[in-house]
Amino acid sequence: MKRTIPLLITAIGGFVLVFAYFSPYTEDWGEKTMIWFDVIAAIAFVLGGGNLLKIHLKKTSDQAEGWGYSVITLLAFGITLLVGLLKIGVNPSPQFPHFAWSGEYRENGSPFWWLYEFAFKPLTATMFSMLAFYIASAAFRAFRAKNLEAILLLGTAFIILLGRTFAGVWLTDWMPEALSGLKIDNLTVYIMKVFVTTGNRAIMIGIALGIASMSLKVLLGVDRSYLGSGQE
Amino acid sequence: MNNGLDAPYPTLTRLTQLSFRLSRAIMCLAVLPAIACLAASVAMAQGPAPVTNLQSADHPWDGGDNADLTWEVSADDATLVESYFIYKAMMQKGPIPADLLTESERKYALVDVVPAGTTEYTVGSVPGSGYVRLKDLSDEQRALFDPNDLPDKPHKKITVELGYLFKIVAVGSDGSQSVETITAAPYSPTRQWFDAKRMYLLIITIIFGGSVVFFIQHARAGKDLKIRKIGGLAAVDEAVGRATEMGRSCMFIPGILDMNDIQTIAGMTVLSRVAKTAAEYDAKVEVPTCRSLVMTSARETVQAAYLSAGRPDAYNADFIYYVTDEQFGYVAYLQGNMVREKPAACFYMGAFYAESLILAETGNSIGAIQIAGTAMPAQLPFFVAACDYTLIGEEFFAASAYLSGEPEQLGSLKGQDVGKIIVGIGIIVGVTIATLAAWFVDTGFLTTWSEYIKGVILT
Repeated sequence: MKRTIPLLITAIGGFVLVFAYFSPYTEDWGEKTMIWFDVIAAIAFVLGGGNLLKIHLKKTSDQAEGWGYSVITLLAFGITLLVGLLKIGVNPSPQFPHFAWSGEYRENGSPFWWLYEFAFKPLTATMFSMLAFYIASAAFRAFRAKNLEAILLLGTAFIILLGRTFAGVWLTDWMPEALSGLKIDNLTVYIMKVFVTTGNRAIMIGIALGIASMSLKVLLGVDRSYLGSGQE
Repeated sequence: MNNGLDAPYPTLTRLTQLSFRLSRAIMCLAVLPAIACLAASVAMAQGPAPVTNLQSADHPWDGGDNADLTWEVSADDATLVESYFIYKAMMQKGPIPADLLTESERKYALVDVVPAGTTEYTVGSVPGSGYVRLKDLSDEQRALFDPNDLPDKPHKKITVELGYLFKIVAVGSDGSQSVETITAAPYSPTRQWFDAKRMYLLIITIIFGGSVVFFIQHARAGKDLKIRKIGGLAAVDEAVGRATEMGRSCMFIPGILDMNDIQTIAGMTVLSRVAKTAAEYDAKVEVPTCRSLVMTSARETVQAAYLSAGRPDAYNADFIYYVTDEQFGYVAYLQGNMVREKPAACFYMGAFYAESLILAETGNSIGAIQIAGTAMPAQLPFFVAACDYTLIGEEFFAASAYLSGEPEQLGSLKGQDVGKIIVGIGIIVGVTIATLAAWFVDTGFLTTWSEYIKGVILT
């Protein structure tokens, strides 16, 4: 029973979405199915939030290694949740002029805006900017000329990297019009348009077929590994 | 007739009369074309005659957002008309008539210009239904609705039928325009049960789905099916074994999307194998998740794996936990955890975006054996560069069949091969038609098919 009902829900939900794609008249059914998923995901968020609190409260109470970070996590979670739930605005709204904080909670100067602008955005930008350094270190390792394939990869990468900079354009600018195809910037465009697109399409076709096959297995209940043991 | 001139100079008078008549005839001959030219230029200035009998009808087998227009060409179609300009305008929104719509809403927009001689056209992007929000309606508009149909909150949507008027203007070669011809009443397209534009996809789906089901049944009947070795999946046991030997944990990251993404489901099937191996080796598997539903599913999967390994007592739900929905918050946690805990094996199986390289490089820096699997083409190069093994696209989806070894799952892979054959044939046929159509431009059949492939199948 624990497996049969989820399998039925999966199959019905999946086939409704497939049917809705081909039948415009049933588009609404597909949209409703997706709304049900959103409802379930929203309920599940309580589970996630509860789990987060449980882990970090335990870590704090046990004073385990790094428990200070758990305190910060709990504080950040609590403050953000409170600010989000209370929807504290800056000015009174026209509907409720007697309540000083009843205005739009996302407008400039509100606590929500403040958290977003001065906590969330800088932290996210910091994490994202680290990517530049990781790209450099990964490229250094990937482009080692160990064998013929690696040399080809290195050469191609060199042309593309150079072609995307001003130096690349400038270096081969002197070439006559008859040899314009050999200019580094044009070579870059050619490689990206022909070789990269071809490789990408081959991978995309494989992915599309894989997704279709996997989806069918899940809808038909052939693959049930995501459902657990089924024991009560 | 005697006018007094005839008497003394009869011959001269006759000559004069003759010359007078002649000159009048010549004048007439000269003036008539001029009058004709003048008349023609007046006609040109007024523009060609308008089209007649303009009708709008529902476009069959579509999503209810197209309308078919038909008309009879202008009387000047063969002479003055160069093209027809087709316009559309929304003229009805549920019970709201045109005069209560805003100026911008009921403004005619140019749809297309078709050459002279055309008598039909399909107008797109005219959805038969839409919605309005209560807060956007004026009191006058609101009064037109049935009070029972109005929602209780101002931001809520009300679904309404949308009606359109279409007009056609015949335009001459000199730019002169005919009088507008407008459809008689607002028209609202209707949705049908089947979208014929997707017919080709339905056929492919039926063939592909049928072949997958056929080979699953084929495998159930006991036929032997072989699958090539996938290095990344074969290395799963090796990675868990290494973690056990080193006395360190394994970290499994199921991507950053929810359970409604097929990649996350595929990741769960790999997790099942990883957890089972870990249970057998008595290694610790940690699964930090980015979504609550993924956490719940991962717990079920890992618990089932421990059970099937005969070690249900070793299962600890606390190792599978939720971190945050935020992409970079999740990444920050994982990075910190990796650096502190130094897991011996890291598995990245699911949907990844910009975090792929951050995670893989961090894993690389701590010396973990890393296996990744994703169907995000943009992230594959990063995983290939930084991980020991990468399951590329379809290999990732084949993982469940490969790892389970169940004949019916392997049968689905055989069905996938049929899909590849269909795609291969499709590519060859499409390329051949497009190439021939480019060579033999005048061939109507090839050009039509080439246009259909480019305009319908490839869009």
